[in-house]
Amino acid sequence: MNPSILIKQKWQRASFGPEQWQALAKAVLTPMIGLVLFIGVWHIGAKQVDTSLGQFPGPAEVHEQWQNLRTEHISENEREAAFYERQEQRNAKKLEQNPSAEVRWRDFNRRPTFFDQIVTSLITVMTGFFLATMIAIPLGIFIGLSNTVYRALNPIIQIFKPVSPLAWLPLVTMVVSAVYVSEDPVLAKSFITSVVTVTLCCLWPTMINTAVGVASINQDLQNVSRVLRLGWLTHIKTIVLPSSIPMMFTGLRLSLGIAWMVLIAAEMLAQNPGLGKFVWDEFQNGSSNSLGRICVAVLMIGFIGFLLDRALLFIQSWVNWDKTAVVR
Amino acid sequence: MSNTHLELSQVGISFPTPKGPFCALNNVDLRIREGEFVSLIGHSGCGKSTVLNIVAGLYQATTGGVVLNGREVNEPGPERAVVFQNHSLLPWLTAYQNVELAVKRVFGRKKTRTEMREWIEHNLELVQMSHAMHKKPDEISGGMKQRVGIARALAMEPQVLLMDEPFGALDALTRAHLQDSLMDIQAELGNTVIMITHDVDEAVLLSDRIVMMTNGPEATIGEILDIDLPRPRDRLALADDTHYNQYRSSVLRFLYEKQKKVEPLTARRSAPPKAKSTNHNAA
Ligand SMILES: Nc1ncnc2c1ncn2[C@@H]1O[C@H](COP(=O)(O)OP(=O)(O)OP(=O)(O)O)[C@@H](O)[C@H]1O
Ligand SMILES: [Mg+2]
Repeated sequence: MNPSILIKQKWQRASFGPEQWQALAKAVLTPMIGLVLFIGVWHIGAKQVDTSLGQFPGPAEVHEQWQNLRTEHISENEREAAFYERQEQRNAKKLEQNPSAEVRWRDFNRRPTFFDQIVTSLITVMTGFFLATMIAIPLGIFIGLSNTVYRALNPIIQIFKPVSPLAWLPLVTMVVSAVYVSEDPVLAKSFITSVVTVTLCCLWPTMINTAVGVASINQDLQNVSRVLRLGWLTHIKTIVLPSSIPMMFTGLRLSLGIAWMVLIAAEMLAQNPGLGKFVWDEFQNGSSNSLGRICVAVLMIGFIGFLLDRALLFIQSWVNWDKTAVVR
Repeated sequence: MSNTHLELSQVGISFPTPKGPFCALNNVDLRIREGEFVSLIGHSGCGKSTVLNIVAGLYQATTGGVVLNGREVNEPGPERAVVFQNHSLLPWLTAYQNVELAVKRVFGRKKTRTEMREWIEHNLELVQMSHAMHKKPDEISGGMKQRVGIARALAMEPQVLLMDEPFGALDALTRAHLQDSLMDIQAELGNTVIMITHDVDEAVLLSDRIVMMTNGPEATIGEILDIDLPRPRDRLALADDTHYNQYRSSVLRFLYEKQKKVEPLTARRSAPPKAKSTNHNAA
């Protein structure tokens, strides 16, 4: 068929009727209205609040600080590039004059920018979350499979689950200081402290949900496994894991949400580099820009939390055997 | 009966319930020869599935026991394959993979890869599922799921085939076809079959003996009817056969005169609707 006719047909089929417009309005317009209203209320509300650091930042100021943070990041990148270029030239010159000369290569002492802090935070949260998952899923499976293990561990879980990260932190700090002693630590102590705190706090939802998922496996499927006398590992692989995936992911998403929240608090207190420290430093700094920069950080923390959740959701829909299941 | 293959002696079971133990079966005695086809028939909730589950080893009898080939049965095993009342396919595996799981378990060391593949395909063909063998259970109809469940059990080449209302969810045509292939397969392989059914015609057509159960609680075997019809049996020819119709009416008499359900339909709490039963074998 003539391609132009084809395109025309496609175009006609894709034409926008009133229904499509309505759907578009629902999908895009309604959230937009919400957003605009929020910004309006913020703008007006901010004017009413006077703090010791000046007026509470409205949307415009926050946007300006956002631009500042970006320029700072770019200029820091440039400074770094320039530093290394200078060093290279200097050393090249030295070697040219005297090939056996000792040259020194030094690392650039980079001042971490807002965006560096984001990356640091993400690395920390992922490490903690990963550790927690590695512990929680196997344990959850054991708890779900065996009533005895459940009864043994349940009191411990119930007691530790509601403990706030702020309560853990001093203990973790002391223990890390005592246990993690090395001349030249590969990982900073504050990093370990934050990771361990995150792990301790986000262990529980994954563990509990996995256990519930495993414990509520359809009895008929278990009967199939018994009739076939499936080995322990095959049983776990073909029956237990697939049927508990939905619950497991519910737990993982809760855990990751908690991990991200806990991390900010832990970074503030442990003085581990990251977004939490950024907020804390700005707060201590107390310049007229600080509140605006903190607002940027707050929005960024929320946005990243949202993205993390979406990412897990995406993995879930990818791993889940039931492709028709609505995950939200 | 000389060569007893499978023996249920004095089998009784009581389930613990919040209101004290519930005695579902009492004194079930049955001897089954090798290669025999036995049907269990009885009103809903009388304990047919429970008998089957005890033979399968999924339930432990409280009193008495089951002996297969001189050995007591006290755990499930692939030599006693089960076709469950509600298909029980793994929803994350395709029809093929569901059968494969069983075949790998039973023939993992005896067959090569290609042999296994052929065997799986052959069994799916028997139940006319070749066209949809790479579909997941969610994507096929209830009757098709049941057929895959049957293929899975057949593929295990079990000594005893235990079937819990295998054709209950099928339309009349498919059901007739599967009944015929079941008769063929059984004639060929000679395995022992215990089948639960609600369908009197099915019971008479397929069975060597029909075991009729009394109503629960404390259900037991009410009557046993020997079906002495020559094999192979042809459903059309049998429709006008006097013996066939006599057998049929004696089963019906048992069910609807001797074991009439006394309570009105609305008061039946223990009996779920037949088709999509929230199964008792669960829990
Ligand atoms: N695990 C259990 N715990 C308590 N009671 C049970 C249990 N399993 C079965 N029962 C009871 O035992 C009786 C027999 O149940 P069973 O499932 O064997 O009936 P059935 O004859 O297979 O019925 P249907 O034809 O509807 O499938 C019922 O009254 C049921 O409530
Ligand atoms: Mg039943």
